[in-house]
Amino acid sequence: MSPPSAETSPAPVAGRDPDELRRLYTQMLRIRRFEEAAARAYTQGKISGFLHLYIGQEAIAVSTAELMKPGDRVVTTYRDHGFAVALGCDTGACMAELYGKKTGLVGGNGGSMHFFAKDHGLWGGYAIVGGHVPVAAGHAFASKYLGDGAVTLCFLGEGAMHIGATHEGMHLAGLWRLPIVFVIENNQYAMGTPLRRQTAVDDLTVRAPSYRLTSDRWVVRDVFETRARLAKAIDRARNDEQPGLVELLTYRFRGHSMSDPGKYRTKDEVEQWKERDPLFRAEAELRGQHGMSEEDLEAIDETVWGEMDDAVRFAEQSPHPEPEHRFLGHLVEDDLAAAAGHEPVQEGN
Amino acid sequence: MPLLQIREALRAAIDEEMGRDDRVFVMGEEVGYYDGAYKVTEGLLKKYGEKRVVDTPIAEAGFAGVGVGAAMAGLRPIIEFMTFNFSAVAFDQILNNAAKLRHLSNGQFTLPIVFRGPNAAAHMLSSTHSQAFESFYCGFPGVKVISVATPYDAKGLLKSAIRDDNPVIFFESEVMYSVKGEVPDEEYLIPIGKADIKRPGDDVTVITWGQGVAVALAAAQLCEADGLQCEVIDLRTLRPLDDEAVLTSVRKTNRAVLVYHGWPYGGTGAEISDRIQRLAFDHLDAPVERVCYEDVNMPYAENLENLVIPSPERAAEAIKRIAYVRV
Repeated sequence: MSPPSAETSPAPVAGRDPDELRRLYTQMLRIRRFEEAAARAYTQGKISGFLHLYIGQEAIAVSTAELMKPGDRVVTTYRDHGFAVALGCDTGACMAELYGKKTGLVGGNGGSMHFFAKDHGLWGGYAIVGGHVPVAAGHAFASKYLGDGAVTLCFLGEGAMHIGATHEGMHLAGLWRLPIVFVIENNQYAMGTPLRRQTAVDDLTVRAPSYRLTSDRWVVRDVFETRARLAKAIDRARNDEQPGLVELLTYRFRGHSMSDPGKYRTKDEVEQWKERDPLFRAEAELRGQHGMSEEDLEAIDETVWGEMDDAVRFAEQSPHPEPEHRFLGHLVEDDLAAAAGHEPVQEGN
Repeated sequence: MPLLQIREALRAAIDEEMGRDDRVFVMGEEVGYYDGAYKVTEGLLKKYGEKRVVDTPIAEAGFAGVGVGAAMAGLRPIIEFMTFNFSAVAFDQILNNAAKLRHLSNGQFTLPIVFRGPNAAAHMLSSTHSQAFESFYCGFPGVKVISVATPYDAKGLLKSAIRDDNPVIFFESEVMYSVKGEVPDEEYLIPIGKADIKRPGDDVTVITWGQGVAVALAAAQLCEADGLQCEVIDLRTLRPLDDEAVLTSVRKTNRAVLVYHGWPYGGTGAEISDRIQRLAFDHLDAPVERVCYEDVNMPYAENLENLVIPSPERAAEAIKRIAYVRV
């Protein structure tokens, strides 16, 4: 599958500061190494459940984190680790969540598909496709209601473009001119179904005018370009009452989840996309244009791997949640009662 | 004490709570300019403006989800379903988002949101518009479920629901909006989770809620002629269930009949029946009976609908049967 005309459009290169590139590269690498560490633990049978890796899409989360102001929110899908890492969540807490440990990001309640870190602007990983789109619109509704100036960034896969909740959420956001940007991470496949078998159109932003959303669309191969173009959409949503729909053409180099060998795509196709990999390209640029040495690059990787090894160690050494934890988090007063030492109330028991 | 219709009592509750807290808003189809499909929100747009009385297009999944997202961000939405039948297309928002997000986020988010609207059969609306949803919404944790039958309860419980920090499902009824009753001028709240004895009696406990309350009271009247004194308990809240009120009465009467709108298979009626047999087994002198819908899709034809929904006569028969009174 070849991406459309965006392939030939030149990436803007203004402001390619080597130190900045190095920082963004490191952030992308942290996500990739986190995912590789998680995949390894999964293969070793140390973690279970569903595990959807973000490998290949890192530039999107990293660009987003760069642009967020205090109060801004990210709402995303079950492929949510990348955003958590990019937004500054502790990688140990993220890994511990995959292990189902007490120290996990959400105390072992959510697992891989349900990361929440409100204080970091991560308002959720949602595992029912499209179900989060109206919720994200609701966050933006609240922002407009309260006049807090915050923008909500709602990420969804291209596979979510065909389900009703997505349509309704985008429709209301457009109708009410909410401060929100919907970002389609079009990684070409909804599980194993390629885009051409999902929809009759190639360009998903053709839906934007019907909701009165601004739109933009590009191949994610450069973190600077992605950051710059996302910034414009966010700015319009924040300041001009212009909610947006952005389609990002990207690729996941791993299967849909750990149980998917990805047999529905060719080696050539994967290789073609690997050449567009923003992480690979950033590394090449650091090495080529900015003359960074192999040792320096390796040193970065070693530091990042060190962090991930620590994260795994932290997850492995962390305790399981206490048995009573399963009763918490449902109703507010149950939690208050538990805090006061009362027995949990169980309807029907 | 002033006499109010249920719709007026509900409106008073919304009005008072909107006046009390700027974060409270109403959202739904025709709640504003149309003044509400059943006039519950009449006049509120004029008083509070478009910002807080929000008309929506026909998009239940959309505006139910917007309510969830707004609640997470600190607002206190009242989401009106024109009828709970339409909540079926928003079910995912309630089941997977409203009821789960506090738990999934390990308590990072609270969801103070009310989903309200009419529930169960009205009159000659056929099967898609006559469904009782309590069995669905009581069937999972993370929500509270209320069903009201009097103006007094409607106002006091809706105010409590709006102030509650959890998602609340609030059932009303198209055919009961005009029911009148006394509502005090001064402010009051009714605690969620407390049943109310609508009629005291020593012989048979009749447990009911929503539209069932009037049926149960009429049945109790019919049974009086046979010398039977029924205790009619209006649950008012279906989740959490007021076990104590039910069990206290059953331990006294040793007999229980459930009268409610809803299908017989599984669900709320079956749940209560199970609790009675389990928690008051030694006190029972007869099987627990249930008088509810027949297990059919609601027909349109009036004579058929009347056969399907619980009637005072059918309820009275069940009461007499378990009291071993010759019918």
